[in-house]
Amino acid sequence: MTAATSRREWLLSEQPASRRQARLGQGYRTWLALRANPLAMIGLGIVVALVVVALLANAIAPYDPIVGGDLRTERLLPPSGAHPMGTDEQARDIFSRLVHGSRITLMVVALVAVIATPIGLLVGTTAGYFGGWVDSVLMRLTDIFLAFPRLILALAFVAALGPGIENAIIAIAITSWPPYARLARAETLTIRDSDFINAIRLQGARPARIIWGHVVPLCLSSVIIRVTLDMAGIILTAAGLGFLGLGAQPPQPEWGAMIAGGRRFIIDQWWVVTMPGLAIFVVSLGFNFLGDGLRDVLDPKARK
Amino acid sequence: MAIATTTGGRSRALPLAWKAVKLIASVALTFLGLLFVTFLIGRVVPVDPVLSVVGDRASQSVYDRVYVELGLDKPLIQQFWIYLQKVFTGDFGESFMTKRPIIDDIIRVFPATLELATLGVILGTLLGVPLGVLAAVRQGRLADQVVRVVGLVGYSAPIFWLGLLGLLVFYARLGWVAGPGRIDISYEYDIAPGTGLLLLDSAMQGRWAAFGNIFSHIILPASLLGYFSMAYISRMTRSFMLNELAQEYVVAARVKGVPEWRIIWVHALRNAAVPLVTVIALSYAGLLEGSVLTETVFAWPGLGQYLTNSLQSADMNAVLGGTLVIGAVFVGLNLLSDLLYTLLDPRVRRRA
Repeated sequence: MTAATSRREWLLSEQPASRRQARLGQGYRTWLALRANPLAMIGLGIVVALVVVALLANAIAPYDPIVGGDLRTERLLPPSGAHPMGTDEQARDIFSRLVHGSRITLMVVALVAVIATPIGLLVGTTAGYFGGWVDSVLMRLTDIFLAFPRLILALAFVAALGPGIENAIIAIAITSWPPYARLARAETLTIRDSDFINAIRLQGARPARIIWGHVVPLCLSSVIIRVTLDMAGIILTAAGLGFLGLGAQPPQPEWGAMIAGGRRFIIDQWWVVTMPGLAIFVVSLGFNFLGDGLRDVLDPKARK
Repeated sequence: MAIATTTGGRSRALPLAWKAVKLIASVALTFLGLLFVTFLIGRVVPVDPVLSVVGDRASQSVYDRVYVELGLDKPLIQQFWIYLQKVFTGDFGESFMTKRPIIDDIIRVFPATLELATLGVILGTLLGVPLGVLAAVRQGRLADQVVRVVGLVGYSAPIFWLGLLGLLVFYARLGWVAGPGRIDISYEYDIAPGTGLLLLDSAMQGRWAAFGNIFSHIILPASLLGYFSMAYISRMTRSFMLNELAQEYVVAARVKGVPEWRIIWVHALRNAAVPLVTVIALSYAGLLEGSVLTETVFAWPGLGQYLTNSLQSADMNAVLGGTLVIGAVFVGLNLLSDLLYTLLDPRVRRRA
């Protein structure tokens, strides 16, 4: 028996000897199921590529993303060997800008997830755990935010806070948490009356401790899947805000803003608009494929 | 469920009326919350509302007078109350950009958005439902995968980007459709003012040349919106149909020898139609959101473009008015889909 097969057997063991083994085994099974789904693997590949490109942007990008080349001879060049995606109206290499723009995209996605997930979890678990009027008030608040179309509410917030990438992130986060709160509440309702929660309560734990220590961890996995599914929507909203001039400001290489910048040249210099749009499309497709696959694997109800 | 119906006498006696009251109360609350959010956004704007009225060279006494006139000296709650009264009488203030009451502006631009979104949702339904049924019937096979990928592409592509590419290919290169805008200037005065829905107006007045021109303008943005709603509708149709096709009545129908096409299109689809109505209403609401970006790309003189233009000129009253109207339509469509659901599904009606 080789080391690899014994490790596999250890992972897939029906009688895990430790909590760690059980957890790792569960993760391995998820991975095996995910690996069998080609679309999910394509998605995972795209997301990993995005992270790698963002990390190594300085090494990958052949030119500076902000400072262009010679304005007389290098403006709006079509794609070629020297400039694989052409250049824009300020003689900047579009490929290099896209590579650096991946950092902005990744930052938006990560920050929105980091801000919106805890808010959603906190509101949802609190509402579900206490029930009664707390539940009514918090869920009514959630419904109000859900009642607005997301992009419109984000637009209004950015209009109030002023344009900029930070405010765009805040606005998207403010509009993203309600579905997570709904989900966390539903999960909380199913576990709130279980014996282990009652046992902790009888030991004298305060609600805050029960919620954060025992309810939140159980809601976390389903909320995280939902956040992954939402990533594409977050990217598209950020790009839309950028396109309207309310997101990242020039000269930052934000993909949506790059499309807006290329609008004037679309008839003759199609690549200025096409390339950043392709980047947005590929990345959000990646997140959608991955999210779809994750849901199939982790949610048996959706699989049928 | 059983316990609730035997003990809750009130809900058994007047199920529909009670449900309606609850629904209306919750909608009213949501709407109030919506108003409060827009009110708060209006208050946190870094732009000083007094300065935008008097300009920055006004003397202190003028400034103070306008400050009081605008009611800014009153407590926040009282200001909110005044805001509520104004909104309910249709007074959203005056646009800084057009110098007209915002409600007039919105009434003027809304038909354009309505026309676009309606055509979009019609196209999306006509394509999405058959595709979803096809995917459900061929579950796991090639057709299912194709429909799934087409849907995911719709979920992933930035709508403004597809719009720009559509303009480039179908307008600039191929010349199949007319370009940005709703109608060519040469036809603009051909049509007497009517509903504001130009396709309808021109058809009713028999101006077929103008109708053709309008159609050529609207077909590209409407197909674009239609594609996005198709992505959503086909996905939901697939899942509803899978649900129905697994039911026992389908097996019973098969055993009886009912032809397969009849089982799919008559028996199963009719049952799937109930939740589908909700989905279609929701995707209609979603198109209002999509219209903001689409209208910007296609220079479509609707609510979305009004909103973005106001944003760009920092016309806060207009932005909040537009946001509020879109929010209200959104809430209204949600309510409508709830009501339709209750009306169409006898099980829900009884359970209420």
